[in-house]
Amino acid sequence: MATSTTAPGAARPDRRDARAGTPEPARRRRPRRPLLPYLLLVPAIVLELAVHVVPMAVGAWMSLLELTQFHIRDWSTAPFIGLDNYRATLDIHTAAGRELLHSFWVTLAYTLLSVGLAWLLGMAGAVVLQRPFRGRAVLRALFLTPYALPVYTAVITWSFLLQRDTGLVNHVLVDQLGLLDDRPFWLIGGNSFWSLLVVSVWRNWPFAFLCLMAGLQNVPDELYEASAIDGAGFWRRLRSVTLPLLRPVNLVLLLVLFLWTFNDFNTPYVLFGGSAPEQADLISIHIYRSSFKTWDFGSGSAMSVALLLFLLVVSAGYLLITNRRRDHA
Amino acid sequence: MSTRRHLGILAAAVLAAASLTACGGSGDDAGGSGKTLTYWASNQGASLEADKAILQPELDKFEKQTGIKVNLEVVPWSDLLNRLLAAATSGQGPDVVNIGNTWSASLQATGALVEFDDATLQAVGGKDRFVPAALAAAGAPGKPPAAVPLYSLAYALYYNKKAFADAGITAPPTTWEQLAEYGRKLSTGGKWGLAIEGANPSENAHHAFTFSQQYGGEWFDSSGKPTFDTPQNVAAVKRYVDFMATDKITNPSNAEYAQNQSVSDFANGKAAMLLWQAAGSNLKTQNMAADAYGVAPVPFLASPPPGGKKVNSMVAGINMAIFKHTKNRDGALSFVKFMTSDEEQTILNKTYGSLPAVKTAGTDPAFSAPEQKVLQETLSTTAAPLPQVPDESTFETLVGTAIKELFADAASGRPVTEESVKKKLSDAQQKMR
Repeated sequence: MATSTTAPGAARPDRRDARAGTPEPARRRRPRRPLLPYLLLVPAIVLELAVHVVPMAVGAWMSLLELTQFHIRDWSTAPFIGLDNYRATLDIHTAAGRELLHSFWVTLAYTLLSVGLAWLLGMAGAVVLQRPFRGRAVLRALFLTPYALPVYTAVITWSFLLQRDTGLVNHVLVDQLGLLDDRPFWLIGGNSFWSLLVVSVWRNWPFAFLCLMAGLQNVPDELYEASAIDGAGFWRRLRSVTLPLLRPVNLVLLLVLFLWTFNDFNTPYVLFGGSAPEQADLISIHIYRSSFKTWDFGSGSAMSVALLLFLLVVSAGYLLITNRRRDHA
Repeated sequence: MSTRRHLGILAAAVLAAASLTACGGSGDDAGGSGKTLTYWASNQGASLEADKAILQPELDKFEKQTGIKVNLEVVPWSDLLNRLLAAATSGQGPDVVNIGNTWSASLQATGALVEFDDATLQAVGGKDRFVPAALAAAGAPGKPPAAVPLYSLAYALYYNKKAFADAGITAPPTTWEQLAEYGRKLSTGGKWGLAIEGANPSENAHHAFTFSQQYGGEWFDSSGKPTFDTPQNVAAVKRYVDFMATDKITNPSNAEYAQNQSVSDFANGKAAMLLWQAAGSNLKTQNMAADAYGVAPVPFLASPPPGGKKVNSMVAGINMAIFKHTKNRDGALSFVKFMTSDEEQTILNKTYGSLPAVKTAGTDPAFSAPEQKVLQETLSTTAAPLPQVPDESTFETLVGTAIKELFADAASGRPVTEESVKKKLSDAQQKMR
């Protein structure tokens, strides 16, 4: 990292010297700030505003309105109710608040487990495929398949597999292997959480694998050789060479996976339909149900904004901690 | 340097997190102008493709008559309400749409639909053309309807004749007590008495309405306030869930059914009874012969409690509405008039196995088939409209989902008691504002 930061800085004076050497018109004494780069940025900024910032602001505004079916056609008629939506949805003494809190814990457990498992699998896959061997390319392609499949197709297939009477999972577990006497439910009740987790890990681990594999390309072989000469075994090399050098990759990978999984809508929606079982009631589905299915967009937005704030705090905290640790190191 | 990089990552993280806040509609096709109309049809046939094949020739006929081209899109039920909401919010989208008749008052409240006052009704043939019960389910009482009825439906009890004969049952049940008793006889050898679409909130809510009427309950009081957890409603919901929980005449697997698997189970003989709206056309596509099943009115309670009503179905059906944002209101009205004409009503309702929503189209012999006769009789004597209040679609979602969870409890062997039913319904009611 250090070399990459100093390199451009070091190069710049050279370039300036070279330019000073060539005869230039005298009036261009003061280096003018070129306009072109900023102009080139304009489309990106406009799009960024239109795609992210404005909808976000509108969402925040919606959370302060009583936006029900009576007002969705003309938002200006929706009564401004200040923080009432927040009070109604975040008060854990009401049914709505209790369910939101429950959904929050479910989502948190789901996210931590899913990200952890996806990372572990991705890491294992990347380390196994680090050295060239016959068939490595085939395995790489195979490992990436879940990530390449369209979400809907993949998850619908899972929902077929997991059906109680006709699903392949129960067919194998009960009819063929005889491991269980009763056909368990996978899409309702307590098992639905684990079904969701398995599908999520299955979908996410290739991304972790891809990032870590790319990261491993940058680990110089000499370090492994040197540590091997020093007598370091596999685990020692993993701990002292691989992981520290993958740190920048992991830093981003874990954060992005966390946010994606926490916000994941497609997987539970396709797996369970619009209303997920209580035990797998992820917050994104919960918000969807609270706004679209019950036509109360104000309280749905309030939940979204609260969630956004939570994720902001988590992200900022995460970066602060990782940053400080690096400074101390 | 590293702080700036981290700021960058933080910014990216914020944006990733924000994607949730930024959900919006996607009504992209502009309202029809001049000589074209956009029409969203609901999924009435066996598949979206089947609907297209059924409707397109009629739309071509309309184009020939009037020169107006109708762009058809068949929208699956799971998406329809969301798409309608998006269209209502954005003022973009179709000119003419099919809506489930129970959504009429909810959608009416958005103010996005053309009101069918007397003059507007005159433009599509006049108020008196329509079956009164069907027109009553097209908007809140005391207001001009927000739509006109297109297809009329009601619930009926479908039963497998052979399974009944094998079990020595000679006539379909007329009371729920009989239904439970017969169901127990029929639930043997991997087969079950009654198939239920347990994970489909709408189906659950429809049955909750009927049972509640029979127990003398209401889901909303006269001022439109929810009354979900009254003793009558608790008894009604418990009666329905008990087919699985205590009578055990319903396969626990039905607790995860939401894609019409219960119809398939009935068609395949895995279940001997089914409560459904005009299942005939669906059963036909699943190769169940018309003489293999019988159709009877939905049962009643043997001894109804005081206040219990003689209602055994909701007034079900599909309505047709026009969005106010249409640029071709006259064209849209003439299209509605075309679709509710005697000829089209006969053709389309015959195909779908539903009943005409206009009085003058019922003469075709197809509408006096045994199934249609039962539906007809139910509609004209013992059907009641679901509460036409703006919160109706919220009721369907909340109560339907509560029942879905109760079925899940029953399926996994947890007891379903009066307390647990009451708690679910109270929680659902608390979420209404």
